[in-house]
Amino acid sequence: MAEALLALRNIRVQHGATTALEVSSFDVHAGEVVAVIGPNGAGKSTLLRVMGLLQQPGSGSVYFRGEQATPKNSLEMRRCMASVFQEPLLLNGTVYANAALGLKLRGLPGDQIHKKLWPWLERLGIAHLTSRQVRTLSGGEAQRTSLARGLVLDPDLILLDEPFSALDAPTREALLLDLQEILAETRITTVMVTHDLQEAAALGKRIGVLSQGKLLQLASQREIFTRPVSEGVAAIVGMETRIPGVVEQTAHGMTTVRFNGGTARVRADFPPGAKVTLCIRPEDIDVNHYLGERNCPKEKICIRGNVLRIFPSIAHYRIAIQAECGFVSALASKSSFTELSLREGDDVSASFSLAAVHVI
Amino acid sequence: MELIWQGIVKAVELVFGGDSEVWAITWLSLKISASATLISLLLGIPLGILLALSRFPGRAIAVALVNTGMGLPPVVVGLFISILLWRSGPLGFLELIYTPSAMIIAQVVIAFPIVAGLTMASFQSLDPNLALQLLGIGASKLQALWLLCKEARLPLLAAVMAGFGGVISEVGASMMVGGNIRAQTRVLTTATVLETSKGNFDIAIALGLILLALCFALNFLLTHIQQRGQMKWPRLS
Repeated sequence: MAEALLALRNIRVQHGATTALEVSSFDVHAGEVVAVIGPNGAGKSTLLRVMGLLQQPGSGSVYFRGEQATPKNSLEMRRCMASVFQEPLLLNGTVYANAALGLKLRGLPGDQIHKKLWPWLERLGIAHLTSRQVRTLSGGEAQRTSLARGLVLDPDLILLDEPFSALDAPTREALLLDLQEILAETRITTVMVTHDLQEAAALGKRIGVLSQGKLLQLASQREIFTRPVSEGVAAIVGMETRIPGVVEQTAHGMTTVRFNGGTARVRADFPPGAKVTLCIRPEDIDVNHYLGERNCPKEKICIRGNVLRIFPSIAHYRIAIQAECGFVSALASKSSFTELSLREGDDVSASFSLAAVHVI
Repeated sequence: MELIWQGIVKAVELVFGGDSEVWAITWLSLKISASATLISLLLGIPLGILLALSRFPGRAIAVALVNTGMGLPPVVVGLFISILLWRSGPLGFLELIYTPSAMIIAQVVIAFPIVAGLTMASFQSLDPNLALQLLGIGASKLQALWLLCKEARLPLLAAVMAGFGGVISEVGASMMVGGNIRAQTRVLTTATVLETSKGNFDIAIALGLILLALCFALNFLLTHIQQRGQMKWPRLS
């Protein structure tokens, strides 16, 4: 594999007695977009600050283009990168002055700044705002200014720290779409951290999962969302149904798992007696009124339970079911939900195909 | 009322009649307090920035000392500087007691914590991530520091105003370490005290008016700079 554009090795950051970040290895390759997800306080911002050479780790090294970052060469390296934060963090002044700041810091003459900056101002839809004072901008306009300030630097690496989380939903959607296009066109290497799965899925080709300062998994988007390596990752990536079970027998790559209230034959390879967890995404689970064991299709696994709660949202209903084996969470489209006319307390059967099950 | 009216008439005569002694006193006041303010800025701004932006052992104590220093009673400063500079004191060999230099030293001790404290507050009012953001678009550390100073310039001007205002109107320390010697260390405030005690209210009023006018002129100028381009509060109805 080609040499990584940016590589972290044995990074450790302490905040007093607690370890804020502990990452043994993290490679970012040229041209890729990596999203890092994790709950608040997982160390996402710290990770990005270490990558951007804005914070020196307690121990470990950062390599940029194969060269180790030191206090001596860090300015030179930082000038190949750009950071965009959750808050736009603009200076008092006009939109133009703010967007031009990075180029000005590099000593570029005014006419060249103008030539470079203008296309970006137009691309981000803020060209008509150039002479506006930044304090009069809306949140979305300010964040676009901040993005322009970073993108105009033509960085080798752009680091986005929850760039959309301070925006309202429509503004966020619009900016997310724009950024998706820009990243696809320019192929700027990008690392974005976010706590929002949708944003991560929209931008990240590879996704990392960070929790309590530790990088739990770093893999392709598909892999992360369907084959988490641990229950912790499964929880973070939205595999809400996690059924504990014990392996009964294994043969030819098929494993029979017994759980409270049933068995399942799934594609996995675990020794008999092993304690495992069956993980299923909510959108892979169908819910029907319980009509007896026989009504379960052969190729499916069915679990009987009671509807605990129903959470309505715009396009979907989230149905929480209390079953013998634990808690099952399903997502039903509005139309299918209306057809079922489910109510809390109803006796239901939750079914899912074998392919939807991921065993940990 | 007669007393006040006569005083004001006499004061106007003194001010606009070109009384050389009054103007000499004014000039000396300005020189001493401006020097003291300038030195306080040179010492206080870096200390304030350091206290605001960095973490080091003993920082909490330093911050507490600066905050205490912001409210130092001038007479206490006068007392300590007098003892230090007294002929038989530890710094007596410098022969500074009852000189303008001694007054400058005392005024620096008064103004420097004010400048440091307000500088610290003005930097702490900036978003803590702003410095990171500036570094994150390729600013060198020096460039980032300069941009932060520019961003905090409005509250920094308040530090200048408070520092100068504190020392030009201060009387206790100047009296004690300067001695109020005519044509040498007599400044607006000490002269006002002296003339009032002698019952020369006209001269005292004249000196007082000049002091007020000076403070007003300087603050008007700095306020004008400070408020330029400031966001207007919406009118509340």
